[in-house]
Amino acid sequence: MSMVPTLLSVEGLTKSYGGVHAVRGVSFELRAGEILALIGPNGAGKSTCFDMLNGQNIPDSGRITILGEETVGKKPRAIWRLGVGRTFQITATFPTMTVRENVQVALVSHRHQLFNLWSSTPHFAREEAGRLLDLVGMGAYAERPCGELAYGDLKRLELAIALANQPKLLLMDEPTAGMAPRERIDLMRLTATIAREQSIGVLFTEHDMDVVFEHADRILVLNRGSLIAEGSPEEVRGNAQVRAIYLGEGLVYDARHRDGAHA
Amino acid sequence: MAFYFVQFLTGLASAASLFLVASGLSIIFGVTRIVNFAHGAFYMLGAYIAFTLTERLEGALGFWGGIVVAALVVAVVGVLVEMVLLRRIYHSPELFQLLATFGLTLMVQDIVVLIWGPDDLLGRRAPGFKGAVDFFGQNIPSYDLFLIVLGPVVLGILWLLFQRTRWGVLVRAATQDRDMVAALGVNQKWLFTSVFAVGVFLAALGGALQIPRDAVHHAMDLRIIVEVFVVVVIGGLGSIIGAFVAAVLVSELNAFGILIFPKISIILVFLVMAVVLIVRPWGLFGKPEAPARRTPGLTVNPWRPWTSNERLAAVGALIVAAALPLFGGNYALTVASEIAIFVIFAVSLHFLMSVGGLASFGHAAYFGLGAYGVAFLAKFAGLPMIACLLLGPLLGLAGAAVFGFFAVQLSGVYFAMLTLAFAQIVWSIAFQWVAVTGGDNGILGVWPEKWAASPSHFYWLSLGIAALAVMILRIIVFSPFGFALRATRDSPLRSEAVGINGKRIQWTAFVIAGTVAGLAGALFAYLKGSVFPDNMGISLSVDALVMVLLGGVETVFGGVVGAIVYKALNIWLVSQTELSKLVLGAFIVLIVVAFPKGIVGTLESIISRRRKSSSSHQPLLTSRIETAE
Repeated sequence: MSMVPTLLSVEGLTKSYGGVHAVRGVSFELRAGEILALIGPNGAGKSTCFDMLNGQNIPDSGRITILGEETVGKKPRAIWRLGVGRTFQITATFPTMTVRENVQVALVSHRHQLFNLWSSTPHFAREEAGRLLDLVGMGAYAERPCGELAYGDLKRLELAIALANQPKLLLMDEPTAGMAPRERIDLMRLTATIAREQSIGVLFTEHDMDVVFEHADRILVLNRGSLIAEGSPEEVRGNAQVRAIYLGEGLVYDARHRDGAHA
Repeated sequence: MAFYFVQFLTGLASAASLFLVASGLSIIFGVTRIVNFAHGAFYMLGAYIAFTLTERLEGALGFWGGIVVAALVVAVVGVLVEMVLLRRIYHSPELFQLLATFGLTLMVQDIVVLIWGPDDLLGRRAPGFKGAVDFFGQNIPSYDLFLIVLGPVVLGILWLLFQRTRWGVLVRAATQDRDMVAALGVNQKWLFTSVFAVGVFLAALGGALQIPRDAVHHAMDLRIIVEVFVVVVIGGLGSIIGAFVAAVLVSELNAFGILIFPKISIILVFLVMAVVLIVRPWGLFGKPEAPARRTPGLTVNPWRPWTSNERLAAVGALIVAAALPLFGGNYALTVASEIAIFVIFAVSLHFLMSVGGLASFGHAAYFGLGAYGVAFLAKFAGLPMIACLLLGPLLGLAGAAVFGFFAVQLSGVYFAMLTLAFAQIVWSIAFQWVAVTGGDNGILGVWPEKWAASPSHFYWLSLGIAALAVMILRIIVFSPFGFALRATRDSPLRSEAVGINGKRIQWTAFVIAGTVAGLAGALFAYLKGSVFPDNMGISLSVDALVMVLLGGVETVFGGVVGAIVYKALNIWLVSQTELSKLVLGAFIVLIVVAFPKGIVGTLESIISRRRKSSSSHQPLLTSRIETAE
């Protein structure tokens, strides 16, 4: 394992709002090709952690190193340039463009052509955009207006956009939120396959335990801002503290309660 | 020392009216999310009606009663406006709301002249406050002292109203989350109406109270609305305390600015506003807006470049237009040249609005700067016409670079207000800096050289430049830059997450649009042979907005069609009626309510519906109607 480079390293990450300690002293590492889940009950600090990782929020203290660069204080766009792709809890795409154009915009940016006033974007990196869309199974929808897509397809499109800068690291905030159970499994399976093939490290937060336990190599459990457990799915499943604090009576495993889990 | 103190008190007195109007605007915005452009119109109506009432009614009771009744009457007018017009557009994009209330402003301007005549009216002095108080040899009108006290009193009453009454609680709740308030079973309709009534009442009261200080005239609406926009940008939209503090600040800056920069006192206010925007973009007491309300737009048809047939059609239309001198007379050619120039102006704004989502309410500033640029170069430097046409627009570029930098820090209504304020500042400089700009007399004798002097040659020149400008902007729309700009408009979150520096992209777009507008202005200077401050006035900015709206905001190049139709209509209208503003205002309101997609947008959706029903999967035709005459 030690041969595999560390993509992301977080040390002593802390953030409080007034008297509320949203995140305190969180440290972890993520290696290339690894799929790491960040879980925890509502209000545990997952989203705050995520926002700090991708530059939307500045920690009170702590270090974040992504691909060897300190990123605290950097803008999201600067972090993206390091090779970090990301998807949002509520999809963020460009609704007035076609599906292909959505990906083309990311490619334009990746190739530093944002201030090119002359070329024709519809012809810009067409094939590469098509390949990325094929990769996530959206090739057939390339010319559709993005605003007409179903939510599950938007999530796939977002993944294609996130992959446009050939990222080494993917940050996915609740990648399957708002999707049907079947779609969730499919999307995460797809993500896992791509990540393993391209040796991309993935950090994701998730409420659906089926998704987490099926795909995560390792799980971080956050509660009230602190990490309370870390380990393989088996270790976390067996951790008494996790059971007590987070998993409760194990109801989350019960398929009947699954749809309530992402509220 | 005493002099400065009196100057300070004069500033405080001016702040009272400004605060009343600004707080009304803030309250209305807080709840309805509408920036009521017509607020200045209500202020003016308040002043006019109060003038009539105080002239008719006798004594102190008549005077003070007249002022309050005037404000109440205007509040009732406001309620009617809210029920008839605003209720239809609460869910429209912000731009449409601003435009509809602006249309209203135009209508009121003509109505006021129709009823009260075009001359300034001098009102009665306030009974009980007719004299002046002596302060170490300096006189302070006692009415000013009354206003100084009134400001904080109104602030206190508003505070009590919002903190201590059930209505106030509902208003504050709605300001935070109006959907939640609706979900809790509060009748939104009447809450909105009552808030609007209170806001309008405050504006009208502010106007009515100005009677003893200032003449009542039909341009006071625009003057106050620009100042109010500056106040709410500084104080923070939605904050009453902010409105108060900023009103005092702006009034004091005006009072003392005159001592420091007697010619261009407005510059001081501008500097302060710029500093506030850099330090606190949401104003001193404002809160950062939650990510701007998503305006999903009216259509989702992605744009596409022309097919070769469409390109041929465009070239054909251009050839037909170029043939005009074969059958048109000199007047027709002059009109056609003007239309061509306004096509350039309109497409520059259309580019900013439709591609960038940035609705500039002060685009005429850059048009005017281009015109003045040409005038300076031609008159003072004596450069040849070609050099002037190439270099003149650079003044528009420079203006757009400076103002655009600040403007793109904000979005939505703040952006609109700020661009309007900037344009007004540029206008004031042109108007006040007589030594350089000639002030109201303008700069005369900017005539084209011989080769371009004949109407047909000038028409071809204008048409050629217009075609070039349209073509270049079209290329930019479909360029990577154009897509980056659209990406920033569509989703700031996603565009930032794919490495796009949205502010810099928007700034660049602003500079491009400003330069093209400057080019239009440069041609316009040669067409008219002169340059005046009105070449950068508000009404010109609004002309541009209406042209874009008429063509269709969400089209690639509706601006071309909008400019042709609107300009032709406008020239015809001015020749037909004295009340062109009334007709124009009503026209704007009608478009916003009935045809929000504009001409091209409406045609596109009709065509698209046809296509869908015939189930062919052809690309949408970006329809263009080219009728030069």
